[in-house]
Amino acid sequence: MGDLIWILVSAAVVNNFTLALFLGLCPFLGVSGKVETAVRMGAANIFVMVLTALAVWVLNTFLLVSAPYLRIIAFIIVIASLVQIVEMAIKKLSPALFQALGIYLPLITTNCAILGLAIFSTNRGYGLLEGLFFAVGGGLGLTLALVLMASIRENLELADVPDFAKNMGLVLILAGALSLAFMGFAGMFSAA
Amino acid sequence: MTAPATQPPRPSASAQRLIGTLGGFGVLAGLLIVSVFAATQPRIRANKAAALAAAINEVLAAPEHYDTLYVTADSLSHTLPAGGNAETAEAVYLGWREGRPAGFAIVANGPGFQDNIRLIFGFDAASSQLLGMKVLESKETPGLGDKIYKDAEFVAQFTRVRAPLVGVKEGQGEGLPTELVMITGATISSRALIKAINTTLERVGPLLAAYVPQESQP
Amino acid sequence: MSPRKPTPPSQELIKGVWRENPVLVQLLGLCPALAVTNSVANSLAMSAAVLFVLVGSSLLVSTIKRIVPSDVRISTYILIIATFVTIADMILEASVPAVHKELGAFVALIVVNCIILGRQEAFASRNSVGRSLLDAVGMSIGFTLTMVLMGTVREVLGNGTFLGISVMGPHYEPWVIMILPPGGFLTLGTILLVFSWIKRRGEERAKPATAAAGPAVGKAA
Repeated sequence: MGDLIWILVSAAVVNNFTLALFLGLCPFLGVSGKVETAVRMGAANIFVMVLTALAVWVLNTFLLVSAPYLRIIAFIIVIASLVQIVEMAIKKLSPALFQALGIYLPLITTNCAILGLAIFSTNRGYGLLEGLFFAVGGGLGLTLALVLMASIRENLELADVPDFAKNMGLVLILAGALSLAFMGFAGMFSAA
Repeated sequence: MTAPATQPPRPSASAQRLIGTLGGFGVLAGLLIVSVFAATQPRIRANKAAALAAAINEVLAAPEHYDTLYVTADSLSHTLPAGGNAETAEAVYLGWREGRPAGFAIVANGPGFQDNIRLIFGFDAASSQLLGMKVLESKETPGLGDKIYKDAEFVAQFTRVRAPLVGVKEGQGEGLPTELVMITGATISSRALIKAINTTLERVGPLLAAYVPQESQP
Repeated sequence: MSPRKPTPPSQELIKGVWRENPVLVQLLGLCPALAVTNSVANSLAMSAAVLFVLVGSSLLVSTIKRIVPSDVRISTYILIIATFVTIADMILEASVPAVHKELGAFVALIVVNCIILGRQEAFASRNSVGRSLLDAVGMSIGFTLTMVLMGTVREVLGNGTFLGISVMGPHYEPWVIMILPPGGFLTLGTILLVFSWIKRRGEERAKPATAAAGPAVGKAA
């Protein structure tokens, strides 16, 4: 159990998916203007990541054992189809949820965080349970980074920033500061 | 494979054509990957084997050869347990020098300061003495935590101490054979190594002690 | 898909280096630009892998553009890209295992690098093989230059070395933070700010002379 908690907390804060592993930068930089959208994007990501973890476990356990060289292709195809199917299913079953997550779902396909999750958990040899904890941790980490960045950017609107700096450069510097802050979580688990 | 096209892509094509195109490229992609895999695999395997041999060499002070022993629930086995995968199954390595066992090399891992630390250590089961330690993978802070493999004096201690290891701060030891002086400024990383080694030995130690070495030629 | 004015082939090569630099202008491929630029050697290895995948995919996509129905074009491109990425991954692992271990999962993540898919959709699928090759090489050079610039800044400041050779003298106290994750964000952020400042100054100077501002920067579809 301790191991599982470590996997979750590590992916969420100590080695935050976005701020330490640079996964999910596209939504982090692109959809972090407002807290509201950031939360939804994060939720959509957690959802898809958990499904991906399940799919990756199935692939790794039953299909890729004999053909590890097809891993990258298999993952990307499965992730793309998964997102498509989830999108269709949600549209049918829960129009309200589709309203909330809808436009963010397609964006997730080309999101490094999802493929990154699949590849990292394979490289580390995670089993089903470990993979699921890793997915939830990673998704929470991404959501946390998104929401923090969005809150900063909302306040930044009111700040007096020189014109030339009103672009991605400033956002990246802020991300650097956040990343620096997250380094403070290091050592949480080995200290015991 | 696909019908020769005359026009640039039209908005909709027949289902057969869609499946044919994707299937065709799928087959092509598969063939290409499999042939590159066949061409590169021997090198990749050789690289991995060389890296493992180098690590074992370092922690067991250059044995002449080594046996791979797979860890099962209650013993060490020369053969891969049924259904196991040679690449992922847990194994320990028994080194041989002049026809006699020269100790086990064991891979251990555990959470470090930043991320997981993976290491290999040499261990003599009869005397519970460590024979050497090498960090295989870590993301410890450069300049601080990375001393766990860059500080030669610290690493050298792993050739003398006995298990179970007890980490002590500099100048606070009582001179016991199990004491390992931790690095000032990298206490957490040092403790992580100690914990990883101790936990692994708790688990596989009894198996190592019970194992009766049989000479086998490489 | 507006009709293109015929541009000289040299333009296709040069635009990726500066005017449409994939990282600095189009802000694509940030994930590797931040993750593996903690040393010049890693930056170079990553750039080589991207060059291989981008050139290979662009050549293939521009060759087969007429036989792929548009409904499945994105899937086909992704399949092609994933194939080249797998090959690059295996070649790296076989020839330079140490570098492969450093880059880790980020080689596989080239699949979702927007630069590659972006160039297929925006360029290779609608241009001749020759032009697509030039475009791919140009974009790769632009990517490589940015990666090496970042790798140099981070390695020199963070480790006092360039390609492993000490350049800052024995008394230099490295800014370790530069080779850690925050250093990636800070370096790229600073580079973007400096570029935007230079561009702004250039525009202000050009304004009185000519009414036209600097070249419009196009974002890839």
